[in-house]
Amino acid sequence: MPISSHAFGAIEASVYAPEIFAQGLPAAPRQAHEEPRQLAAEDAAPLLSLEGIGLSFGGVIALAEVDLSVRPGEIRAIIGPNGAGKSSLINVISGVYRADRGHVRLNGARYAQVPTQRLARLGVARTFQNLALFKGLNVLDNVASGIAYRTRSNFAGQILGIGRSRREQADQRGRADQILEFLHLTGVRDRLAGTLPYGLQKRVELARALVAEPRLLLLDEPMAGMTAGEKSEMAAYVRAARDRFATTVVLIEHDVGVVMGLSDRIAVLDYGRKIADGTPDEIRNDQRVIDAYLGVASENEEGAGI
Amino acid sequence: MSAITTDLSATELSKGANLSSWLAPLIVVAFAYIVVPLIGGSYLFEAILLPFLALSLAGVGLNILTGYAGQVSLGSAAFMAAGAFAAYNFNLRVEGLPLVASIVLSGIVAAAIGIVFGLPSLRLRGFYLAVSTLAAQFFVQWALTKFSWFSNDSASGVIDAPKLCIAGFEFDGAVGRYLFALTVVVILTFLAYRLVSSQTGRNFIAIRDNEIAARIIGIPVLRTKLLAFAISSFIIGVAGVIWAFAYLRTVEPAGFDLDRSFQILFIIIIGGLASIRGAFLGAALIVVFPLALSRLGNFLLGDVFDSGVLDMSQRIVLGALIILFLILEPDGLVALWDRVRRRLLLAWQSS
Ligand SMILES: Nc1ncnc2c1ncn2[C@@H]1O[C@H](COP(=O)(O)OP(=O)(O)OP(=O)(O)O)[C@@H](O)[C@H]1O
Ligand SMILES: [Mg+2]
Repeated sequence: MPISSHAFGAIEASVYAPEIFAQGLPAAPRQAHEEPRQLAAEDAAPLLSLEGIGLSFGGVIALAEVDLSVRPGEIRAIIGPNGAGKSSLINVISGVYRADRGHVRLNGARYAQVPTQRLARLGVARTFQNLALFKGLNVLDNVASGIAYRTRSNFAGQILGIGRSRREQADQRGRADQILEFLHLTGVRDRLAGTLPYGLQKRVELARALVAEPRLLLLDEPMAGMTAGEKSEMAAYVRAARDRFATTVVLIEHDVGVVMGLSDRIAVLDYGRKIADGTPDEIRNDQRVIDAYLGVASENEEGAGI
Repeated sequence: MSAITTDLSATELSKGANLSSWLAPLIVVAFAYIVVPLIGGSYLFEAILLPFLALSLAGVGLNILTGYAGQVSLGSAAFMAAGAFAAYNFNLRVEGLPLVASIVLSGIVAAAIGIVFGLPSLRLRGFYLAVSTLAAQFFVQWALTKFSWFSNDSASGVIDAPKLCIAGFEFDGAVGRYLFALTVVVILTFLAYRLVSSQTGRNFIAIRDNEIAARIIGIPVLRTKLLAFAISSFIIGVAGVIWAFAYLRTVEPAGFDLDRSFQILFIIIIGGLASIRGAFLGAALIVVFPLALSRLGNFLLGDVFDSGVLDMSQRIVLGALIILFLILEPDGLVALWDRVRRRLLLAWQSS
């Protein structure tokens, strides 16, 4: 799509898709924040912080000396040109990559490499820049798999269909159904995930991440390749998810217009370094950011890569 | 809202399909138990149905590992051999052990070997994993030939099957052995079906489709992979028992060579990966096809079509078939079958 005319206008996503906000949400399982922005006060202890993260692949420096703090309840955007290291940062936070130097601090614990296998239990969920759904499962089971880690019954119990395994399955599918309703995916519930159009697959991935009610949600370009309408819809869902589940969101997105309207604070990466960090207003007026990124936003619009 | 419509007729259709998805196998099983023994001759049982049942079960086992969990294996025949020789030894060496117990124990032995040779899967994928499962193939065959204890010191490792006797009832003759094999296959297939539609089965698929995503959402990837190896090897091991005890009655380690492993892999590729029905369709084709080819060859070419020519033409036609399937119908006979059935249903409804 062409460079959005509103690239610098902080238009609220809810303006595009008011119907998502107007309709009632299912009962919130956790206390939602009344005023997320208020809660994310300056002095609140960060939920996540990165300290001096460095990462390189062979000769390529993907990240260098990156510090980042994310406060509870905020939507924290990371922007930057292609290859700036945004996905690498999310991969470090989720333990897919091990940083060469630096630490990740999560809920107070300090990790050299975040344990991927325990990520869900730590309250972290993520989506991927490239679709990472399970093509051979239908939408419902894809979403339910997001809480499969809570399963206690073993395969023998499941084959025999003993009480616990039935209860677990009913419970997990029930929760998945709630999320599907929340994201307006009920109509495609029984379709194989791989047969859905791209935009819907992205939304199913969001559902799979949300069903675990994560404290921290990492979204790697959830709106890439979408039309303007789909983007604002997705933005509304991200915000609604934050408000409903009190989830903290780290968001990578190329569309500056969407980012400005959606996020509380923005960090800008360029060649693996953080060149700016602040509120949307501060970022918009930062000369280095304008030089490095905003000025060439049109070329990075679609953002391909890892 | 983009592309979201509630398709009522689709849900209704799936309800109907649910009923028929139970009805069809039930009818097939009833037919196999009641009608087939009445009409079948010994050729049908000995040359077609017994190998078909054993290979189908092996296909079901391999499909759990390869079709569902996405781990390629070229060691199936090794697990069949392990099952067959384990059952033989349990039966021989443990006084008064019921046949059912030796079968279950032999499956467990095969599962244990499966876990050991599944360990490389924690590191290797695809082609490299396939090559490493060859180790199982060669090691098991070597061990069974090398240590004559496994075959009770018989010449060239040949073993003879014991009487098939369960709770005082003897499965005698071709029909008896057929009913024995059928019962084992029906039970294990039913359990396999339950497994693949359970959370564990969905974990298999998740790991196959996207291992990193599966790990991130907290599916225990290593444990699940080893479980797939164990369950798959258990089933293939029991298939080996059927092969040895019900079908051939005398077997030697050489009968479980790499060719057999490939045969089982072809069964699930032709039949359809990640489909229980596919294993049966594939096995049917693999068993019936050489017989049909030999009849056809004899009919068309007469004496020129001797066993050498038959063997060669079998390999050529089978190879061509596999290539054709991979290109034209990667989802196998099952997909073909479903499409034809849908066409017929539509034609029937519109008329
Ligand atoms: N697994 C990897 N192996 C080798 N190089 C990698 C790997 N992952 C990332 N890189 C390199 O690290 C740099 C940063 O890549 P990264 O994917 O983090 O960028 P990005 O900001 O997400 O870009 P995009 O906007 O295109 O998604 C790039 O030069 C990339 O080639
Ligand atoms: Mg990226």
